[in-house]
Amino acid sequence: MSTSTTIVSAGATSTADAAPADAAAAPNAALGVASGLTEPRAGLIEDQPRGEGAGAAFGAEAAPGAAPAGAAPTRLTSLDVLESEAIHIIREVVAEFERPALLFSGGKDSVLMLHLATKAFWPGRVPFPVLHVDTGHNFPEVIEFRDRTVERLGLRLVVGSVQEYIDRGELAERADGTRNPLQTVPLLDTIKINRFDAVFGGGRRDEDKARAKERILSLRDEFGQWDPRNQRPELWNLYNGRHTVGQHVRAFPISNWTELDVWRYIERERIELPGLYYAHEREVFARDGMWRAVGDVSQPRPEEQVVTKTVRYRTVGDMSCTGAVESAAADAAAVVVEVAASTLTERGATRADDRISEAAMEDRKKDGYF
Amino acid sequence: MTAQLLSPPALGESTLFRFATAGSVDDGKSTLVGRLLHDSKAILADQLDAVARTSADRGFGGANATGIQKIDLALLTDGLRAEREQGITIDVAYRYFATDRRSFVLADCPGHVQYTKNTVTGASTADAVVVLIDARKGVLEQTRRHLSVLRLLRVPHVLVAVNKIDLVDYSEDVFAGIEANVRQVGAELGLADVLVVPVSALEGDNVVAASPRTPWYAGPSLLEILETLATTDDLEGGLEPFRFPVQSVIRPQGALAPGLADDDGGLAFRDYRAYAGQVASGAIQVGERVTVLPSGRPTVVVGIDFAGTELQRAVAPQSVSLRLADDIDVARGDLIAAAGTFAETSQDLYGELCWLSPKPLREGAKVLIKHGSRTVQALVRVISGKLDLENFREQPASSLELNDIGSAQLRLASPLPVEAYARHRRTGAFLVIDPTDGNTLAAGLVREHPGDHEGERYSI
Ligand SMILES: Nc1nc2c(ncn2[C@@H]2O[C@H](COP(=O)(O)OP(=O)(O)O)[C@@H](O)[C@H]2O)c(=O)[nH]1
Ligand SMILES: [Mg+2]
Repeated sequence: MSTSTTIVSAGATSTADAAPADAAAAPNAALGVASGLTEPRAGLIEDQPRGEGAGAAFGAEAAPGAAPAGAAPTRLTSLDVLESEAIHIIREVVAEFERPALLFSGGKDSVLMLHLATKAFWPGRVPFPVLHVDTGHNFPEVIEFRDRTVERLGLRLVVGSVQEYIDRGELAERADGTRNPLQTVPLLDTIKINRFDAVFGGGRRDEDKARAKERILSLRDEFGQWDPRNQRPELWNLYNGRHTVGQHVRAFPISNWTELDVWRYIERERIELPGLYYAHEREVFARDGMWRAVGDVSQPRPEEQVVTKTVRYRTVGDMSCTGAVESAAADAAAVVVEVAASTLTERGATRADDRISEAAMEDRKKDGYF
Repeated sequence: MTAQLLSPPALGESTLFRFATAGSVDDGKSTLVGRLLHDSKAILADQLDAVARTSADRGFGGANATGIQKIDLALLTDGLRAEREQGITIDVAYRYFATDRRSFVLADCPGHVQYTKNTVTGASTADAVVVLIDARKGVLEQTRRHLSVLRLLRVPHVLVAVNKIDLVDYSEDVFAGIEANVRQVGAELGLADVLVVPVSALEGDNVVAASPRTPWYAGPSLLEILETLATTDDLEGGLEPFRFPVQSVIRPQGALAPGLADDDGGLAFRDYRAYAGQVASGAIQVGERVTVLPSGRPTVVVGIDFAGTELQRAVAPQSVSLRLADDIDVARGDLIAAAGTFAETSQDLYGELCWLSPKPLREGAKVLIKHGSRTVQALVRVISGKLDLENFREQPASSLELNDIGSAQLRLASPLPVEAYARHRRTGAFLVIDPTDGNTLAAGLVREHPGDHEGERYSI
């Protein structure tokens, strides 16, 4: 076999994010984080007696180290298993890549991923920066939430700005005014400039039929493109993160979660989200069968009547194309009930851009989108 | 997304069950998956609308079709443009649905060209695989191959759905004939307890609910079976010894999480050191003795941490961090195992390789082996044969091509704690990776070490 390409690998040791801006971080895996999200733990370093290792475990039938007969079986719920799988993936990526980053928009899926990362490296700090591709069409409370979270966890925030590309004339505003599709170029440039080799995304396979086909570790070529017909087989829980210079990997730790799983977990873990995920009063107008918020980038046309409604958002993104749903769900528990009974997917209900065609997401992903 | 048939509180207690479909092209896998999703109310109105539009464009179901007959259920999983255009499934699709007992992760594995690759991929994580047979065709060569692969991978439960039973007029005789055939092949291959169910994916018979059109079939519907089968971890948690591949060392020192650094805890955590990983099999309790491999050093687990909570016990597949009594050298790639349960590590690896790459394998090739959390270089010394999937016997071979399942002997650059897949599903598996482009070449299953080969060993 030839050795014409160099593998940037995947060493056996975990490496911290070595961005210049992070030079102050501890060299060996700037592990760590925390939270406020988890209960403080008592008596951490107490020396435990070196017992004869729960000798009861060595039953006649069971192998040593197997569940002892008579011990209460540890029943893991589907959420426990999904959580454990996600943490395993996050730890693998951090161990095998030189410069990971996590896509963080302040949206619920990215907040969930960050929460999982804090658990994965406790009591250390989350050992990678977060990356936000800012459309400029933001809900102000989401940006405020983003900044507060980054501050609380002591993270570095890298922002790629769609607005700057438009101002420089490198991207053109679309006729429909939405900016979600414009995120691809700033995303790929930011990945390149920061030499990120792995980027965590909060994509879930239940969101879209194209996503349903994507691997948990998804290789992107030198142009950031996804080739759905040429994906590596993903076997057992052995993730192959090998890549060559210029390639990078998108990692989707919550691939196997559904929208309902996400909400049940948010409820269970009491994870804080931007307030607009819960019922609140807002001035809205109807367009394309959705309630659109009145805002700088989202103005009603003369024929569109503005009303005040109690609404909440199921996704947050470009404010100009993200719709709200009428809802009285004021907390996570109420949202769980609502999502379980919903007859529309979150994208169908609230994303004008994803309704364009059956292949909207596939086409964007091939170009390098999230 | 799930079904309104569940009350959310019950969902919080539900368990996770992973299964895959396998079968030849056009046996109706995608339709079955679509049917399961549809009938368990996992398809929401907007998804159904989109599929209905595409189905109408193609004239699916014909002019006389009504209701659900007008919808090509396969379009619910055939998510790529090329798949919809060609009417085939190209790649494994993952779908999700839930009942009040279980959350399901479903892998729809296509049956054509790359069937071995797709079946092996889907089956590697599956608690069960549903093999489809077209009732008009019965057991085909490809069915035997699929069953062979499932046997090799030790999938805990194999179900056979005899599909399109509507096209044989719900005939008991046709079903009985196919069932007998399946049992015979199952016995030949050593597959125990294959469950055989007559279904019509298109019409919905025996998929979610028992069908009045098959009164001669007394068994449960496919979904009822899937709801009650034991998961891999349920089955093996009590039998397999504790295995824990170390993913990383958690030693935050100065880089503590902000909340912890501020208070007194900061001091307590200063010397914190634990080993992060996911329990691959078995269970561990605080106080139990373990051995760290490959060094062979014995020690005791003094703490099991999970994100600020101290656990007394952890089981597969929990992700936790272990604290050890002795200050010994443990690094990513090491394996922590229950004391007294591991014979030795080895630099010789004998394995079955499911070859998944168009690039053939030849003797003398240098590859990478990923096993647990460790990746090592390896030299392919001998390819000793490959399976004739028609009769499942080994025949001589000196190279492996796409879709071949062969056996090979590899020499590793450093020793690995390998154990036979036949007894250790989780720690007996490995990947073969191409060192030049990083692609995954094969799924590997560790074979029993055939004795001492000291004399043949040489270094690479
Ligand atoms: N009559 C009948 N047709 C079926 C049944 N299941 C699938 N089909 C049809 O068989 C064809 C192939 O189905 P598809 O799900 O794409 O097969 P796959 O290649 O295994 O995924 C399609 O035309 C389906 O509508 C069934 O139970 N009865
Ligand atoms: Mg199909």
